[in-house]
Amino acid sequence: MYNFSYQKVTSVDDAVEAMQKADDGKFVAGGQTMLPTMKHRLASPSDVIDLGGIEDLKGICMDGDAISIGAMTTHAEVAASSDVQSAIPALAKLAGNIGDPAVRNRGTIGGSIANNDPAADYPAAVIALGATVKTNKREIAGDEFFTGMFETALEEDELITSISFPKTEAAAYMKFENPASRYAIVGVFVAKSGDEVKVGVTGATACAHRGMRLEEALKGNFSTAAVDAVELPVEKMNADIHASAEYRAHLVKVMTKRAVEACL
Amino acid sequence: MAENGIGANVRRKEDHRFLTGKGNYTDDLNVAGQTHAYFVRSPHAHATINSVDTSAAAAAEGVVAVLTGDDLAADGIGPLICGVNVTSDDGEPHRAPVHSALAQGKVNYVGDHVAVVIAETLAQAKDAAEKVEVDYGILPAVTATASAADEGQQQIHDVAPNNICYNWPFGDKEAVDAAFESAHKISSLDLINNRMVTNAMEPRAAVGEYNSGTEEITLHLTTQNPHVHRLVMSAFNQLAPEHKLRVVGPDVGGGFGVKIFVYAEELVVGWACRKVNRPVKWTSDRTEAFLADAHGRDHVAHAEMALDENGKFLAMRVNTTANLGAYLSTFATMVPSYLYAFLLAGQYSTPLIYSEVKAVFTNTAPVDACRGAGRPEATFLLERLVDVCAEDMGLDPAEIRRRNFIPVDAFPYQTPVVQCYDSGDYNAALDKALALADYDGFAGRAEEAKSRGKRRGIGLSSYVEACGIAPSQAVGQLGAGVGLWESAQVRFNPTGNVQVFTGTHSHGQGHETTFAQLVTEQLGVPIENIEVIHGDTAKTQFGMGTYGSRSLAVGGVAIAKACEKLIEKGKKIAAHALEAAEGDIEFADGNFIVAGTDKAMNIAEVAFNAYVPHSYPEGLEPGFDENAFFDPMNFSFPAGTHICEVEVDPDTGEVEIVKYSAVDDFGKLINPMIVEGQVHGGIVHGVGQALLEGCQYDTDGQLVTASYMDYAMPRADNVPSFDVDYAPTNPPHNPLGVKGCGEAGAIGAPPAVINAITNALGIKHIDMPATPENVWRAAQSAG
Repeated sequence: MYNFSYQKVTSVDDAVEAMQKADDGKFVAGGQTMLPTMKHRLASPSDVIDLGGIEDLKGICMDGDAISIGAMTTHAEVAASSDVQSAIPALAKLAGNIGDPAVRNRGTIGGSIANNDPAADYPAAVIALGATVKTNKREIAGDEFFTGMFETALEEDELITSISFPKTEAAAYMKFENPASRYAIVGVFVAKSGDEVKVGVTGATACAHRGMRLEEALKGNFSTAAVDAVELPVEKMNADIHASAEYRAHLVKVMTKRAVEACL
Repeated sequence: MAENGIGANVRRKEDHRFLTGKGNYTDDLNVAGQTHAYFVRSPHAHATINSVDTSAAAAAEGVVAVLTGDDLAADGIGPLICGVNVTSDDGEPHRAPVHSALAQGKVNYVGDHVAVVIAETLAQAKDAAEKVEVDYGILPAVTATASAADEGQQQIHDVAPNNICYNWPFGDKEAVDAAFESAHKISSLDLINNRMVTNAMEPRAAVGEYNSGTEEITLHLTTQNPHVHRLVMSAFNQLAPEHKLRVVGPDVGGGFGVKIFVYAEELVVGWACRKVNRPVKWTSDRTEAFLADAHGRDHVAHAEMALDENGKFLAMRVNTTANLGAYLSTFATMVPSYLYAFLLAGQYSTPLIYSEVKAVFTNTAPVDACRGAGRPEATFLLERLVDVCAEDMGLDPAEIRRRNFIPVDAFPYQTPVVQCYDSGDYNAALDKALALADYDGFAGRAEEAKSRGKRRGIGLSSYVEACGIAPSQAVGQLGAGVGLWESAQVRFNPTGNVQVFTGTHSHGQGHETTFAQLVTEQLGVPIENIEVIHGDTAKTQFGMGTYGSRSLAVGGVAIAKACEKLIEKGKKIAAHALEAAEGDIEFADGNFIVAGTDKAMNIAEVAFNAYVPHSYPEGLEPGFDENAFFDPMNFSFPAGTHICEVEVDPDTGEVEIVKYSAVDDFGKLINPMIVEGQVHGGIVHGVGQALLEGCQYDTDGQLVTASYMDYAMPRADNVPSFDVDYAPTNPPHNPLGVKGCGEAGAIGAPPAVINAITNALGIKHIDMPATPENVWRAAQSAG
């Protein structure tokens, strides 16, 4: 780890101000990706601005027909929340299966989404549930938030404050885990409300995305048979030592079918 | 049986300190004035070093010294050695390239040691290491085992043409070929034994201290064999004379073979602490462990079996290429030769075996022993081939094994590959395992699984291994540079408690408990009054350390022999004190008794008399402290049958182990609870190799699986609860009747798992690790 300046702020405004003053600053939420990266000397921010002291960013509340989760809420808190469990049980389940207990007790939803790891779980839910990402500046639609590998719509000094997930009739997340890292080789989140079906896919491509072809097929016929008929673009899939593009494309369909079954 | 003696499930004495955070590992040691070492490692798999400029690093803040291979050579520190000779087919010794602890002119794998920075803090050492300027001339890398010796390949070492370390044929080729000519059927198989990174929980570490007053170096190391480290560093590396070098292996958090070897970092720390006249500490981080710990396995083989019309094995022919990595690690040469080919008979009476081993150099980390070392490779090959034979002959896998087992009345049994098995009852273990696994009920379970869309398979592995390493003369004839006896000293203190000094080393095996049980059984001293001491060349007599499941079978016997000497001496002391003839003294449960009387004296009183010999047998030495050495007459041959049952999800290729039954023959068990723990750990290690662990280099020689993000270690949810039982036989050559148990699971498990998968899918073979994608592809092609 290289030397850096550390400051812990207590308000969003202070955080933004600190970032604007910093040479090459970084916000740290749970630090589950950032700190290992710094320890390996692969990142060397001049300033680390710790958001852990901002009470406004923590907590879960019902907001009409949506559930609002503060950006600094940990995965463990989301998993254990009775509000989340009753409003969108699939989201609580997803949070309860991220990483391991240590990661879940430190890692936060805001940190995960802002980092946008191509194999992270939350992005699939944000997309499929049509969530709204609220920042200190604006509101961003879930399926416009993730723009590329580790890239998001966030600006330099923009901070996620909360994520609002509208309730849905039925939803399920199915993850095929990398046997080493336990990240998603492929993760598929399916959400159904009336005739509306949304599919969020993570792990498969450079960045979590909406499974438009799957949605098309499922809209008129919410069944596993509908998924079987879909052709997915193998050439867009990630390929690495754990899974080829062809295998990933196959897994997207299998995970989608399992999510559909779980919704039925 | 003494309370807490042989056969008792005594809770591990050492666990209190481990579980309360009071273990004392090498990295826990911090010494006044300590500096920190950080190694500059090659980022290239194969390159010449045109120049190394250390000036900027040397001038950096906090830097004490920056040392290179030139400094090492100038101080006369010798290269790292390989201690076992294997004669190649041209009659010459194996080719051994010079392996300097810091590179001289060339690097040969990613992670190879170029320079060391010694600084006041680790962060300063790392900062300065980035300032060491190395001008590399990058060369093409050789990484693939199978093609390393091909015509036209890039040459790695001048002394090893075609990158060949040795070609080692063994057996009667003509007779074997003739048997194949007239065989009813020939079954054959190509297979890979995947490279593993051993991954002990505690990474390697070293702390070196030099006392300029006594001119003694003290080196705390993560070692499985402190005396071997001291011997090699003194005799071959000229680090210091043996009596001026103290090596301590304190608590060590897992070895699995990887901490046997003398590594560059350890030698450099020992040398540098004297050179800078300051204590030097180095602890490997996990990335360094992946890059520069010795790896295991990595074979490519072709195996054939000739069978008669009844499925009897007539002859076996095996061709193996073994990857030894960039340099020869300390015992590298013997792993794919003596520890491999001599196990190819397995449990079978195959009369003729011919094996050719080609050991090759590549631009990868050195490969050496990893739990089982050679024996898992032999067992995987053989037990997979036997299943192929069963399929080819239309026989049940259990039946073909039975038809070929060495019968129980044939022991001692001389195999065609050197080893002479002393004891075993292979049918007994198989029968018990089949019952434990409910083999007969498998068809019903497979049917039920099918209704859930799963494919269920069952796989057998009937393994034998040779451990309890080893008879000194036998290994000497083979080319080993050391004897493999073991030593012990059992010392009574005047107040009656006992210190047991063993030359073996515990790094998780529970010696402090098992050995104390041996002593309480034999001497009747309460177990809480017995302390087992190991791992410090300044405390214990010369010993060979722990590997090859030898500690109990060899080291335990040495302890028992020392105890016998104490009893003999005690009889003399007791006879004098009790005014009886020595011949009338009997010893039982800690008391010396005059036969047929109630006159008795406890061994603690005898010990006191020996140290306060006011009234004492004439001419008898005072003191109650005996040592003993034991050189085994044969290897130890644990064996057993493991049965694995899996369910494969054909949609994803996921394999779930739903049932695992192991029946082993370890002879007499001293602490069954500890043995069961060893069996569990071994099986998990084997399951890891079969399903998860696949070390991969790319064609440039970069290690692709250099962290736990990409290298999959087995976790609790990868395995079921195991069903473990035993079918013991008595090894006649072992005075305690014990066999080794630490490696058996890692040897037996991989073929059991793979045989279950091939059975589930109805395919001939799948290589390890059987990853979900590979299994899915196999399931697709099998239909």
